[in-house]
Amino acid sequence: MNKLFSPLLIVIAAMFAFAPFLIGGAPYESTMGLVQKIFYFHFSAWMGMFAAAAACGWGSAVYLFKRRKSADHLAVAGAELVVVFGIIGLITGPLWGRKAWGVWWTWDGRATTALVMWLIFVSYLLLRRFGGPGSERLAAAVGLFGMFNVPFVYWSVNLWRTLHPKTTVVPSLPVSMGTPLWFSTAAFLGLFALLMALRRRLEERRADLETLHLALEE
Amino acid sequence: MKRLLLVLMLALCGTGAFAQQPTKPANEGFLPVDESAKKEEIPAAPLVMTGYAVAWIAIFIYVWSIWQRLGKTEREIADLNRRLAAGGRRS
Repeated sequence: MNKLFSPLLIVIAAMFAFAPFLIGGAPYESTMGLVQKIFYFHFSAWMGMFAAAAACGWGSAVYLFKRRKSADHLAVAGAELVVVFGIIGLITGPLWGRKAWGVWWTWDGRATTALVMWLIFVSYLLLRRFGGPGSERLAAAVGLFGMFNVPFVYWSVNLWRTLHPKTTVVPSLPVSMGTPLWFSTAAFLGLFALLMALRRRLEERRADLETLHLALEE
Repeated sequence: MKRLLLVLMLALCGTGAFAQQPTKPANEGFLPVDESAKKEEIPAAPLVMTGYAVAWIAIFIYVWSIWQRLGKTEREIADLNRRLAAGGRRS
């Protein structure tokens, strides 16, 4: 990963620098106008959040059943990234909604399930921080439960009455809107990979520190 | 009797129409005209700029926080290694 990290960092930084030009060049949506351009980062942040939730859930499952420490590191890193990408999604959403719907927040299916999912991963981190010894296993169960929320959040717009655009919107986008969207999503997923590598490194070094503390006590 | 049946049938048809799902959610209050006019005046540009700024700031703060935590952990590891090495030399 060390060899890949620097080139990937340069590529992702270049993508983030270029994304505003692509987004600026995309046409205005017919009913929402300029404010719809929030969508390009809003959607991408949620994709990053879903990837992080999958990483946390996978790491939690492996840790629960095989007790691999590396899987636990993956789960912690994933949970923290869910919270970070979730903050971006949960703030950009109301900014878009304020203009498009006339309200900052509405308890519709997508917004509510996304908030609940974000709160599950916040509780994962709180459990890890304040749960005391053995909280890793309990947190792993929470992480797994959090991952199973992803399909509900994604399909909530089709299952319940909601103000959010349906899942059919993204596949049916014209090329002029689809290109900046998928470019931004690729940039966010690349950023997710970078942050995941950094955060896992931190968790590995913390494990090394713990081993050294034990060695010093002996 | 026929007239009564006709009235009953018409009344039943009427309840069917009333039982349909409302197409719009019920209003929970009325807004005066000047309030709804204000909604249309919301400028989009500051909202879009705030949205993108929030994304950038959140990413920068998170990267900075990982950097700080990683630096602190590395310093502690270096300190413990020194203490362990000093202890090894004494014994």
